[in-house]
Formats: sequence, structure tokens, C-alpha cells
Amino acid sequence: MQTDALTGGFADAPIDAAHAFRRIMQVMAQPGRIETVTGGTPPAPLSQAGGIVLLTLCDPETPVFLAPSRDTKAVRDWITFHTGAPFCGPEEASFAVGTWEELNGLPFPIGTAEYPDRSTTLIVECDRLSQDGATLRGPGIKDTATLSLPERAAFQANAKLFPLGLDHIFTAGDQVAALPRTTKVS
Amino acid sequence: MSDYNFAYLDEQTKRMIRRAILKGLAIPGYQVPFASREMPMPYGWGTGGVQVSAAVLTPDDTFKVIDQGADDTTNAVSIRRFFEKTAGVAVTEATAEASVIQTRHRIPEEVLRADQILVYQVPIPEPLRFLEPSEVETRKMHSLEEYGLMHVKLYEDISQHGAIATSYAYPVKVEGRYVMDPSPIPKFDNPKLEMAAIQLFGAGREQRIYAVPPYAKVVSLDFEDFPFEASKADHACDLCGAEDSYLDELIVDDAGGRLFMCSDTDYCSTRRKAGHVGAQGVPLGEDAA
Amino acid sequence: MYVAVKGGERAIDAAHAWLAEERRGDASVAELSVPQIREQLKLAVNRVMAEGSLYDPDLAALAIKQSRGDLIEAIFLIRAYRTTLPRFGGSVPIDTGAMTCDRRVSATFKDAPGGQMLGPTFDYTHRLLDFKLAAEGEVPAAAEVEAGTAQTPHIMSFLDREGLIQPETDSDTTPPDLTRTPLELPATRDLRLQALARGDEGFILGMAYSTQRGYARNHAFVAELRIGTVAVEMDIPELGFAIEIGEIDVTECETVNQFQGSKTQPPQFTRGYGLVFGMSERKAISMALVDRALRWKELGEDNLGAPAQDEEFVLYHADNIQATGFLEHIKLPHYVDFQSELELIRKLRREAEANNAAPSESAGASGGNLSGKMKEGAAE
Repeated sequence: MQTDALTGGFADAPIDAAHAFRRIMQVMAQPGRIETVTGGTPPAPLSQAGGIVLLTLCDPETPVFLAPSRDTKAVRDWITFHTGAPFCGPEEASFAVGTWEELNGLPFPIGTAEYPDRSTTLIVECDRLSQDGATLRGPGIKDTATLSLPERAAFQANAKLFPLGLDHIFTAGDQVAALPRTTKVS
Repeated sequence: MSDYNFAYLDEQTKRMIRRAILKGLAIPGYQVPFASREMPMPYGWGTGGVQVSAAVLTPDDTFKVIDQGADDTTNAVSIRRFFEKTAGVAVTEATAEASVIQTRHRIPEEVLRADQILVYQVPIPEPLRFLEPSEVETRKMHSLEEYGLMHVKLYEDISQHGAIATSYAYPVKVEGRYVMDPSPIPKFDNPKLEMAAIQLFGAGREQRIYAVPPYAKVVSLDFEDFPFEASKADHACDLCGAEDSYLDELIVDDAGGRLFMCSDTDYCSTRRKAGHVGAQGVPLGEDAA
Repeated sequence: MYVAVKGGERAIDAAHAWLAEERRGDASVAELSVPQIREQLKLAVNRVMAEGSLYDPDLAALAIKQSRGDLIEAIFLIRAYRTTLPRFGGSVPIDTGAMTCDRRVSATFKDAPGGQMLGPTFDYTHRLLDFKLAAEGEVPAAAEVEAGTAQTPHIMSFLDREGLIQPETDSDTTPPDLTRTPLELPATRDLRLQALARGDEGFILGMAYSTQRGYARNHAFVAELRIGTVAVEMDIPELGFAIEIGEIDVTECETVNQFQGSKTQPPQFTRGYGLVFGMSERKAISMALVDRALRWKELGEDNLGAPAQDEEFVLYHADNIQATGFLEHIKLPHYVDFQSELELIRKLRREAEANNAAPSESAGASGGNLSGKMKEGAAE
């Protein structure tokens, strides 16, 4: 394990995690909203926001799938040291990290009829996030919102699975946005 | 309380609760199971709400706790003190100043904003529980969207009483999918469930968390010819004169004399400070004993 | 003019101060020390440790002192403390076969290797109040014998060897933990046993008693009841082997129950199991009976609809901390909900009276043409 793996975690975990979670919760509750998160610096190519989402939500109870572009020794060591999360294939993942091209179409769990919450949350690493592009409607949105989604069709198909489906957290630099399964994309 | 972590719970517990909150927001009205911890206050006394608040609070928050709409009820005082001690948060009785509000049995009268979070304490999260005691069965009903039992119960009420005989914890359907217990709020509060703030529901003993995102569609169950009706005592507040607030009824003398006053104590005192006076009230300040 | 009642904060402070004074009682009587409780109220301490799920006699004694002897309150204090403790790991399974026994009885064999040993039991004491104790008399020392060095084999192992008892196979899987994962039904046997071990002694006793009286009767014999000390070992990854980290007292009860059999399988006895911290034999025997009753499905028995067979009923209602919290919460203010009921009942009565006054106008009990068509809150 490189010494790099030991650095870049939350300096004050209870406080940093509390702040980061509030932002993540706000974007999940209000699809289209973009927030910045701070407090952690993961090794490249993991984005700062992607790393902070993992620090905030992952631990030994949450298997994580790393898509090839994020599956480096430095990233693995860093996640292991700071969260203790085990690594797994897509089928067992609580969380998955990668670009949309890598994650789209993989066999992630979408929940069961009795436990729709048992589905993967995808952390989709993006080059940029902005409030333009696809139009969003649904819970958390007053009328409509817009968000720079990597595509539309896959998210439309995902929403049709409701109450099953995947939930997405988009990350770029220090920014986060989210798209739960309830959002209708057009 | 330096022996305890920020907001009492350990980080792993908070992460587990936070993950449940996110799934709850992603599946509005669905009850997410979570491994509720034993808290230093009894089950049934707000342990679910307390755990949700602990997972949500940051040191920058201003926290308000109400029970029956009032900030000064003993259990509200006790919970407020708990977070003052363990999270060092600022506290307030003013609804408008609070960023996180924990409540038992009421939704504040004042319209909540998008930057506010309302945390409900929930005793029995399962809206079908009193119709079907088995958790195995009710989970199946939700999965199949089989809500006929609820339909029959409300229908029987109408044939027996001529009205739906549920006046609090009145069931709602969220986003056209899950039937949800809004916690034991009076049905007067049901229309407020569609709001700009994030609503989080915590049931500690029953180990469930659920959520209603901002502006999500929340419909009180009813029939075309027996529409839902939000009701309150047919009075104005005797202290502040408000005609639009939910009222408590007090017995004030041995002859059984009645007085009606706002259940939302902050709403009432804000109005009184602004000079509103009800039939038996005096301007605020003059009654300070 | 009406002055709103306030003063919640002051009332709480005053109540806490009064409680502290009451806890102490008459100050002219010597104060109880925690060691006195630990040594002289040991069975209370044991119960608090068992249902508090934390083996620490000193803390349990402190909790009993703080709770003024209310054991459920003491269990609650221990549970709330326990939940804040960090977890360093899990122990390897304790070996009750290697127990240093203080008490060991079998109801199924007159004698067996290791012998019968009554130990410090209330059994066969005549329940006559001992007024000498009121005078704080010292007790004479009990006779001592050298402890045997040989292990005391489980009675059940003799039946096992003969193939007369339904076998239990070792599993290397880590048992679930209902304090870390929400209860999900159907529950596995290990999870049920955890719930029963933490469950309220009175509740488990009542459930067990109901099976004896015929509600899913399963003809239990106490094959063995043993109480004593066992070592707790933990694997230390850095060392590569397990080391002993301490000793605990436990009570273990194994029951042998009515036999099972089918066309393909010759009859075999079945078992129930109970294991509890400390000397808590009423609880251990009760647990074994309820465990056996809950096994109806895996043993191919009929569901007789008995309460002790209903896993959901037993597991959801056995925990006294959950039960007492919810029970006592109804003394909290509920006036908002009560008010809404008041208004509803007044309205219904007004309407009923109006209908009675003019019966011809009410078309049926509902007073309206009810279509029964429910409006749906469609998302679209």
C-alpha cells in the first residue's frame, strides 16, 4: 500500500461526512440540482466528488464495483484504507463507480418487488455537469429541471422499472448531481 | 458529552442510516428497512426521528423540535437538549429560522421552504398494520400494490358512519404507487404533505425509514363521492384569532368551559407579537407572569 | 384571559432532581455499593447482562443501582451503552463441552459421565422466609471438594452417537446479528436464538409454558442443564491463532423432544436449545422450549396456530426494551390526535342525530349513494 492511500480522507470525519451527506441528499431529493462537496482528495482518476461520495456512504457493509477506468491499484488501496468496502462484480454492487459508457448495461441489481431498495447506486463520473440538456420531471422537481445527462434512452428505460431501478449520482470535479429512478427524462 | 461522537451515533451507523435515507428519497413512500440502534431514550419516544436527525444534522444547522406542535412539551425539550449536547447545534423555536425540524404529530402551520428539512417521528410506519398484523403479509401487499384491504376499511367506515372514521394518521398514496402512513398527524395536516422541504420519516422500533421528496405528489385516499376533507375545530384561536390553524381544545374551568388555541405555539406567538388578539387573549407580553 | 402553560424545561429538571433523591432513599441508611449489588444480587445482574446483551457484571450492577432496581430500566441502560461500543471482532464459538460446571443436571438419565451436580440452586429449598437474613447473619462456609479435571461430556452426545437424536451440523458461516441488520422474516434459527437470548424472561417463560399446556406441545425433557464458566477466545489475525480473552459464566439447556420419523426415515428425537449469560436457568429452559416450538417448519410438523409457533409473533414481541418503550409512550401527549377524534365523533353524532330526527331523508346508513370507486393518486 502506497503512502498516498493513507492521505486524502476526511480530516474530521464526523463533520466532513455530515456536510458531504447533506449535499448528496439535497441533489438526490432534487434531481437537476448541482452541489459542490469538499473534504476529501482521492487519487486520480477518481474525481474529488466521486471519492467523497464513497467516503460518505461506503464501509465494510457496501460492496463496491470499480469499472476498468477507475480500477487502479491507487484507487483500490485508497478505498480500502478509508472505507473498508470490499470490491465486487456488478451483480453484488451496492455502489459502482465509472464512466457512463462503462457502467451502462452492466447487470446491476435493480431491487426486488418486496425490497426495491436493494439496488445499486451508480456513481457516474462525468467530464462536466451543467444545468442544460435533458429535461427532468418527477418527485423533487417543482415543474421541470434540466441536467447534462450522458444520454436519455437508458434513463427513460430505468424510470419505467419503477419502483425497481437504479439510482445515479453524477460526479465531475468537486460537483455532484443525481438522478433517482423516479425522474422522467425527456 | 465529549465521550460520544458528533450527534451521538457512530459513523458506521450514520452511514447506514444515510444510505437508507437516499433510497427512501429515490422510492418515495416505500419503507426502507434499517438496523435501528438502541438510543438513550425509549423506543416509541422518537428514536427513529432522533436517528434520522443525527444522520442529517451538521454543526451549521439550527434545530427545532416540536411535539403536538409545541416546542415546550417535555419530550420536545428532552430531544432538543439531546442534540444541543451531542451535536452542539443552535436551537430555535421559530419555524422560519430552523433548517431542520423534528416533529411528532404535527406539520408546522408556516409554509416550509426548499432549504428546510422536516423529520417525523413515526410509531407504526405500516399503514396497513391495523388491517393486517403480519409484516410478511403487508410487505407482500405493497409489492403487489394490493391495497384493496385499505379500500374496504374506508368503505366500511362510510357505510357504518356515513364518513371515513380516520381523523389522524390518515393514509396517503405517494406518487401514485405506495400507500404511506404520514405518521399520526391530524388529517388537517395532510394537504401540507406536498411541500418544498424534504420530508424524512423515522420509525426506530419498527426499523423503517421513508421519505417524501420536495413537491412529490401526495394524495389522501378517498372516494369520488366522499372526498377527503381536512378538518379542524370550528373556531378561531382564542389567543391570536387565527382561523386557519389547527386548534387544541382546553378545559379551563370546573364547569367544563372550553378554550381553543393554536397547537403550533410558534405560529400563535408570532401572530400575537404582530398584534393579533383572539377572543380570550391579550397582546403578547402582558401575560408574562 | 388565559395564560398559556409553559415550563417543560423546568419540569424536567425538577423531576430529575427528585428522582436522584428518591434513588438514594433514606440517607440515614447506608448506601448500596456497586460491588455489593454485583456480589449479592447476582441473579439480577445476570438477567441484566443477558437481556442487555453485554457481559459486564460491574456495569450491570451499576445499572441496577441507577435504575433503583427496575431491571428493565437497567437492561435499557446497558443496551443504550452497548450500542455505542466499537466492535473489535467476533469470538470463536464458546465450547460448552469444556465448561467448568457449577451445576449440571439431567432429567433423562439417572447418571452419566460427569455425574449430576446440584450446585447453588434454589431447588429443594423450602420457600420459607429466612428471618435470620434480616439480622445480617454471616453464613457458614459450604463444604468444598476438589474440582474434577476431566471434561464433562454433553448428555446429548450419547444420544447423538446412537443416532437417536436429529443431528446438528457445524456451519462455518458467521451468524447474523439482529442488532446490526434489520429483522427479516422468515428468520434463520441462529437469528431466532439471538432474539430469544435477548428476549424478556417473562415473555419467553410465558411462551414456553403455553407449549407445555398444549399450545404446540412438544414433550420436552431436559436432557441437560449446565451452568458454569467457559473461556472466550478470539482469532487474532496478526498472530494467526486464537487466544483466550476472558471467561464468562453461562447457562446452557438442551432439551430432547418428541421424536420424528417418516416412511423413509426411522424415528429420531429432536432438540431445543437455550444459552444465556450468567446463571439464568429459568430463561435457558424457556428458550429451549420456544426454540423447539419455532422449528415446526424445518422438522415437517403442522402449524397448529399456536402463539409459540408463530415466529413473527414471538420475535416481534419478545424484546422488553421495544415493548416497554412503545407501551409507555402512550403517556406522552397525544392531544392533537385526540382532538381530531373529538371533532370526528362530535360530527358523526350530530349527523346521526339529524338522521334520526328525519329518518326519511337518509338513504341507507351511509346517507349517500356510495359508488365505492376509489380515487387514485396517479403520478401522471
